[in-house]
Amino acid sequence: MRADAVSKRYGTRDALRAVSFEVAAGERVAVIGPNGAGKTTLLQILAGALPPTSGSVSLRPEEVGWVPQQPALYSKLSVAENLRLFARLEKVRDVDAVVDRMLDQTALGDRAGDEVGKLSGGNRQRVNIAIGLLGEPAVLLLDEPSASLDPRQRERLWEFIAALGTTVVFSTHDVGEAERFADRVLVLADGELLFTGAPEELVRGDSDFEAAFVRFLHARGH
Amino acid sequence: MRWLLLKDLQILRRSPLLVALLVIYPIVIAVLFGFALSGGPDKPRVAFANLVPPGESEFDVGGRTLDAADYADRLFESIDPIRVDSREEAIEKVRSGEALGALVLPADATERLRSTLGLGGGGPPTVEVYYNAEDPVKRRFVEATIEARLAEANTALSEVVLREAAGYIDVIVRGGEIPLPLVGAVQILGLQRSQEIIDSITETLPRDSPDRAALEQVSRFAELAGENLDISQPILASIGSPVRVKQTVVNGSRTPLDAFAVAVAVTVSLMFVTLLLAAGLLALEREEQAFGRLVRGLVSRSALLTEKVVLSALCAVAVTLLMLVGLAAFVGLDWSRVPAWLAALAGGALGFAAMGVAIGGLAREVRVASLLALLLSLPIVFLALVPSGSIDPLLYDVINVVSGAFPFKPSLRALDAAINGGELLLPIVHLLALTAAFGAIARAALRRF
Repeated sequence: MRADAVSKRYGTRDALRAVSFEVAAGERVAVIGPNGAGKTTLLQILAGALPPTSGSVSLRPEEVGWVPQQPALYSKLSVAENLRLFARLEKVRDVDAVVDRMLDQTALGDRAGDEVGKLSGGNRQRVNIAIGLLGEPAVLLLDEPSASLDPRQRERLWEFIAALGTTVVFSTHDVGEAERFADRVLVLADGELLFTGAPEELVRGDSDFEAAFVRFLHARGH
Repeated sequence: MRWLLLKDLQILRRSPLLVALLVIYPIVIAVLFGFALSGGPDKPRVAFANLVPPGESEFDVGGRTLDAADYADRLFESIDPIRVDSREEAIEKVRSGEALGALVLPADATERLRSTLGLGGGGPPTVEVYYNAEDPVKRRFVEATIEARLAEANTALSEVVLREAAGYIDVIVRGGEIPLPLVGAVQILGLQRSQEIIDSITETLPRDSPDRAALEQVSRFAELAGENLDISQPILASIGSPVRVKQTVVNGSRTPLDAFAVAVAVTVSLMFVTLLLAAGLLALEREEQAFGRLVRGLVSRSALLTEKVVLSALCAVAVTLLMLVGLAAFVGLDWSRVPAWLAALAGGALGFAAMGVAIGGLAREVRVASLLALLLSLPIVFLALVPSGSIDPLLYDVINVVSGAFPFKPSLRALDAAINGGELLLPIVHLLALTAAFGAIARAALRRF
């Protein structure tokens, strides 16, 4: 996936300023930055959910799996019904086979008939991610996937994402998660891409990634 | 769009409270309206206390004895009487709500009537009326009902008096028998017979008799009087109802009140069901966070709106058609007009559904959308039902324009025409134009959904 000089302007405010980067196949990339940095806007543009003011993205929306921050699911439908509905809308060829595979991957086979509204936050997020994977996308985009989960649920979710083996771009507030689960981090602040590289490159010998991240932002005037 | 339709139907199926409300509400409305219309106020229950002592209810009109009880019976033809023995009992019936009102015939009623008819002076008899005035509407209804019934009784009484008077005139003209109190039946010769006698006597007199001229004058007088009194009979008859009414409808149709009430009831239900469903279903897409996922290449915004409009319109048409069928059991509706019912319901449902998705798109939350739909719909109904001529013409024009900008008034016109006959195409075209306009508003609202 490649983003070329992607900008987004809301009135007089620049949400993104000419952001460019590439993501290699199989890579896990974390987008981190303070509140209002433009993380969600960037992911929405990459997903095709929001048009950029200028710039371009190399992949079409249907080639990208999109997992919004809040589970985008119908709470009155069961897990299987949600998966089946979105598989049909994605025009997946063998709907039943894909749904079964997703139920296996999410380990929610025994909860397939349960209404989504009755699931825990962690399980809901799993279904949310599974829907993003239905079309077998080249890249999976996750907007703060662990934001509303407790530590145990977070751990299980990241194990699940790691096991997918798909190219993943995710945004997070938790820089610790970025350090642990990302091959590369993109640091955004005020819509500007300040850094792209492995987490270790940002730390530069400092033992605390979070402290190094804050120092980095201070040094750049944020 | 097919899968979205099925999804929404599944969601509705799993919302039993909502579905129960959608089905039960129109059925309850239909049954209530049906009972209200079929058991309408044709014969209001009225308590009646006749305090005139037994045997004193008779009075004379020109020597003929009439009984006031006969006229009470006529009154009872148009009311459902609850006979009671005292004024207090009658008032209690009204107070308890058992009777709509009470009529009390005071003890001196026939005496006063005798006196009035005999030109003996004194005021006419007074009938006492008691009723509850819980609210201005009920008060007006009871007043109008009782006044109308008493007017009917007064007319019946005056008809008898006039008939008796006409009978007298007939006897004076043609001769006959007149019953008089104390004296009994008295033979009256009559003007025509008097003229005949005078003419026959005149014939026997010599041509130059001085009495002949005088008798011929009397004969001429009898002839003229007879002819003029004959003319006075229809004049007298016209006194009972001097003005006749000829009614011509200039605008609108001669829709019976109960059939119009059916059209109003069904249109109100159509409005609530469609508006709430369309607004709620669209707002739900955002509340469930699914909108962003759907419009990211899976479904276009226009297709999503179309799906909500079609689904809510279909549900509302089904529910209100059921309601119409239920009401048809109470009110005689013409079954051959079912295709017209469907066309009107479909037109109205599309208009309301488009307005509903516009509300849902602007409100973005189910609760806010539902509240907004209710807040908007109630004034629209009231404005649409304001009759022309009841307010200032300029204000009426403004109200007409405002009503025309929403689907209630054209839906009511379409349904009225579908049920009772009349121009159906124009209101349906109006509704389709509103569907397009509200659809455009909804589409614009989805840009910032």
